[in-house]
Amino acid sequence: MKRRIFVPGDSAAVSVGADAVAQAVAREIAARGLDAELVRNGSRGMFWLEPLLEVETEKGRIGYGPVAAGEVSGLFDSGMLDAGPVAGRTHALCLGPTEEIAWLKQQERLTFARCGVTDPLSIADYVSHGGYRGLARALGMAGEDIVAEVAASGLRGRGGAGFPTGIKWQTVRDAAADRKYIVCNADEGDSGTYADRMIMEGDPFVLLEGMTIAGLATGATSGYIYCRSEYPHAFRMLQRAIRIAYDSGYLGANVAGSGKSFDVEARLGAGAYICGEETALLESLEGRRGQIRFKPPLPAIEGLFGRPTVVNNVISLATVPVILDRGAEFYRDFGTGRSRGTLTIQLAGNVRRGGLVETAFGLTLRDAIYGFGGGTASGRPLRAVQVGGPLGAYFPEALLDTPLDYEALAANGGILGHGGIVVFDDTVDLARQARYAMEFCAMESCGKCTPCRIGSTRGVEVIDRIIGNQERANNLQVLNDLCELLTDGSLCALGGLTPLPVQSALRHFAEDFQRS
Amino acid sequence: MSEARSWNAGRAEARIRELEKLPGALLPILQALHEEFGYIDDAAVPLVAHALNLSQAEVHGVIGFYHDFRRSPGGRHRLQVCRAEACQAMGCERLMAHVEARLGVKPGGTTDDGMFTVEPVYCLGNCALSPALMLDGRPYGRVSAEMVDSLIDDARRKAGGTE
Ligand SMILES: Cc1cc2nc3c(=O)[nH]c(=O)nc-3n(C[C@H](O)[C@H](O)[C@H](O)COP(=O)(O)O)c2cc1C
Ligand code: SF4
Ligand code: FES
Repeated sequence: MKRRIFVPGDSAAVSVGADAVAQAVAREIAARGLDAELVRNGSRGMFWLEPLLEVETEKGRIGYGPVAAGEVSGLFDSGMLDAGPVAGRTHALCLGPTEEIAWLKQQERLTFARCGVTDPLSIADYVSHGGYRGLARALGMAGEDIVAEVAASGLRGRGGAGFPTGIKWQTVRDAAADRKYIVCNADEGDSGTYADRMIMEGDPFVLLEGMTIAGLATGATSGYIYCRSEYPHAFRMLQRAIRIAYDSGYLGANVAGSGKSFDVEARLGAGAYICGEETALLESLEGRRGQIRFKPPLPAIEGLFGRPTVVNNVISLATVPVILDRGAEFYRDFGTGRSRGTLTIQLAGNVRRGGLVETAFGLTLRDAIYGFGGGTASGRPLRAVQVGGPLGAYFPEALLDTPLDYEALAANGGILGHGGIVVFDDTVDLARQARYAMEFCAMESCGKCTPCRIGSTRGVEVIDRIIGNQERANNLQVLNDLCELLTDGSLCALGGLTPLPVQSALRHFAEDFQRS
Repeated sequence: MSEARSWNAGRAEARIRELEKLPGALLPILQALHEEFGYIDDAAVPLVAHALNLSQAEVHGVIGFYHDFRRSPGGRHRLQVCRAEACQAMGCERLMAHVEARLGVKPGGTTDDGMFTVEPVYCLGNCALSPALMLDGRPYGRVSAEMVDSLIDDARRKAGGTE
């Protein structure tokens, strides 16, 4: 049997040497004259094991990791290509069957079912792993029924705001216009998040399939993916996947032989966090400064080039195919309360086993950070976690039993955002983190509202005075007033939510503001 | 490697013509010019404005809005060091201080020999392997000061070898 050897091409895996490992594997295959093929898959999201090399055997896929290029030859010597690990001579790097690794086995991978498993640019691989089944079903349904199916699944936008996807689609469907658009928000600016990147690099067809289904549901025939420029590899993968989808008849004038048309084009951002906000993103796509638009009109009514537009996050769109394939109920049955389906958590920062965890909503922060993450990478005590990106709250250890769902986090003064969890050990200084939150707001403000544009710079100065113990009590009051002004006087969540990290730091870590 | 090529109006016009018919063509055009020359020359602004029927002020406004666009040539190599929260949790500020000391530049600056431009960046999506950086579009994770040194030395050695 021809062996397939997998070495991820995911940029995080590459960042720790996967390209060198892949080259070594290719050399060994050639030098030893083996009947084997090298596949550059996406990442399984177990980043502490990257580069993770896998071999397809009769006993399933066997994992080895983290592998250094210099160890590859030894892996071949150990009989890695034989029918699975042989007792007594398994290599020290052998992890056994990848799917049996507890970290992966305890997950419920629906959106990420194929990521890290298949060759991201092979349509044959995609189809043989369940790809395009959702589209096939959607092609036999009325648009109205596709919208109803997505609504019934309970899917809420994974970009941060948690808005019900079905309702957004219905609005676009109901709007009469000569053209409508599907825009995929791939700006993924939040620190601590990389789920969108993993999908674009590891399973790009699922995103294209989701966008096509969104088009069928709403009557849109044209789609754009707005990908941030910090992701050059993801952008290249998207461009290649789009070309392949056109060549295979899954995009273009006759989608899968249905006579229906859907086009997709990928565009690059230019380094502006605010362009992740949907109206700023649309401005940017139209070729202007990424400034926030007043709402209403909603983008669903007047979006790109003034036409009704669905703006959805990568993960929202990439989840649509499995909903259409397995049915709304199947998806709905995962989760809790008003948070249905699965959540893609991204463990980041000072965490021992960082990576992508997809499970039903309801896991607690503690389960995520200690269960999956294994605590801090430094081995020092955990002191704070920031959930939901740069506009998310800092939580102390005492709040780690909070479940990861939209409502529970809100009830504790936080947000879920895009599902990023950044772990800090006891060397963190929360006054510094609060200062950074203000600094980031000042740097990325689109400039439309005075509190955000000016108030954030003032916030940095005030925190500096608090840290420097100049009229501390007074300045703490000024800082709180400033936060209120930002909360009430901002047009969008950049200004409006910057107080979350600042005030949560003040509330839970007051001692850090009293150090000198 | 981002070799800065000198400004050339003919080449600029060719790139503009390739893209001017796209809906929302301004960003793709500016990105193409940036890729071609390593920065956006002031002389490009009237060309772009004319092609898209915009005022020069509008084009200037857009260029100024986005962090990616440089108005003058940068170094041969672009070193982007992540300074966002996940990397902060793993000591990226110490790493940035090391880069600054080693290259003798502040974030945003270019070394005297024109070899490196150092840019702060706010998340590279590699937050499970922090601290992270990118050199000419190549990602590096779990970066130590020693790794930074060897990346810099390699780039300098290669430049020395070809000159
Ligand atoms: C400052 C700011 C930044 C945002 N950045 C992103 C982003 O990078 N990606 C994203 O999908 N949504 C982002 N959003 C949310 C979008 O405005 C919008 O809600 C989302 O794209 C809708 O898609 P969804 O319903 O599928 O989540 C951001 C919002 C704000 C206020
Ligand atoms: S809050 Fe800030 S980023 Fe948002 S619209 Fe106002 S100025 Fe722009
Ligand atoms: S915070 Fe540095 S890579 Fe995401």
